[in-house]
Amino acid sequence: MNLTLKIWRQKDATSKGAIVDYQVKGIEGDMSFLEMLDVLNEQLITKGEEPVVFDHDCREGICGACSLQINGEPHGPDRLVTTCQLHMRKFNDGDTIYIEPFRAKAFPVVKDLMIDRSAFDRIQHAGGYISVNTSGNTIDANAIPVNKDDADESFEAATCIGCGACVAACKNASAMLFTSAKVSQFALLPQGQVEATDRVLAMVNQMDEEGFGNCTNTGACEIECPKGISLENIARMNREYLSASLKG
Amino acid sequence: MGGLIKSSIARKVAMALSGLFLVFFLLQHFTINFTSIFSEDTFNELSHFMGTNPLVQFVLQPVLIFGVVFHFVMGFILEIKNRNARAVKYAKYNGGANASWMSRNMIYSGLVVLAFLGLHFYDFWVPEMVHKYVDFAPEDPTRYYTELLHRFESPVRTGVYILSFVFLALHLWHGFASSFQSVGFNNKYSVGATKFAKAFSIVIPLGFIIVAIALHFTH
Repeated sequence: MNLTLKIWRQKDATSKGAIVDYQVKGIEGDMSFLEMLDVLNEQLITKGEEPVVFDHDCREGICGACSLQINGEPHGPDRLVTTCQLHMRKFNDGDTIYIEPFRAKAFPVVKDLMIDRSAFDRIQHAGGYISVNTSGNTIDANAIPVNKDDADESFEAATCIGCGACVAACKNASAMLFTSAKVSQFALLPQGQVEATDRVLAMVNQMDEEGFGNCTNTGACEIECPKGISLENIARMNREYLSASLKG
Repeated sequence: MGGLIKSSIARKVAMALSGLFLVFFLLQHFTINFTSIFSEDTFNELSHFMGTNPLVQFVLQPVLIFGVVFHFVMGFILEIKNRNARAVKYAKYNGGANASWMSRNMIYSGLVVLAFLGLHFYDFWVPEMVHKYVDFAPEDPTRYYTELLHRFESPVRTGVYILSFVFLALHLWHGFASSFQSVGFNNKYSVGATKFAKAFSIVIPLGFIIVAIALHFTH
């Protein structure tokens, strides 16, 4: 199939970017979206032009590196997949496809489609961990009984790959789904109780400091999340945060 | 506690609680209005009570006005902050793919409701305050129904009220159900609570519309 691509090009973090049109030919339905961009970049390099910069790593849908706002949706029109797992069969010959970086003040563009998502790292650093003695006296985690439902919910929250699609989809560029998943995966387990109060306060505080917007419960994040992280996590974080604030 | 005041979650909860308070007020307001279409005397009696009871006038009324002002001021503050959180907009944004129109346009439905409140205050609250606290007119417990009918004489005014209630329904459709999530209520009872909230958001504004139409044609 032949496609018209409207791609955001931006020289560096301080330059002003713009949408640039490209024609790409010979794209097959079995190609992934990133492979389609590889084809485009081969064409650009052959012509002596600068290739389009975009984030990617595992290309297996598990690392969370790839991003891209495709035709107005993070990771494109498919559900429960990352951009690297989006196949070109979802598009038709002659289509025009808009490709933009995930947009948020807290996710500044580095170059073209590559963004700086270190704000997520700083939220995680603020409290997304548990204290475990690893000096030779480590207790086997399986020795602590955990309710099956809690274990399942914790595991589901932990499947968040931190890609930032929730922020990109949200009309307010809110990071509550990401932060709540990281809070929930510990809040549901006995191992996470020791730092529970400090964790939620520190992570929400960091989230606010990074300049993300406020959640207005549109639910767009849950729909667009490639891992299907549930809005229940946000409700849990709200409870945890209120309870922690009242405890002081 | 200090951080609570400026945190995004506290603001979200404050919006939800003030919204829930206004939902309760709406129910009370509708109940009294509804009596007007089948019993002039009941409507006059209830209105006289609400208009003269010191607890309603000097405690509940100021609390209500504070609740309304707080809700829309906080709504504007959050809207500005949220817009600033995405300085560069998308060239193509397919918001309809993942969220309802109502949830994405609360500020616009809210602005229409706010404009309506201005008109509603001009129609009812200001004349009532002038009547009682400026003119110190003697209380006539039978005046309320006549005044109400008079306000719905104009088809244009009645139409504006109907349109405003449609926007109120759109605002409630997202706002009421979403307030449960904001206060941390998301469990096995959420589906039922959401259905109730959605039904409420249709039934109550529709009830207000029926009352407005009935009063217009009664006259």
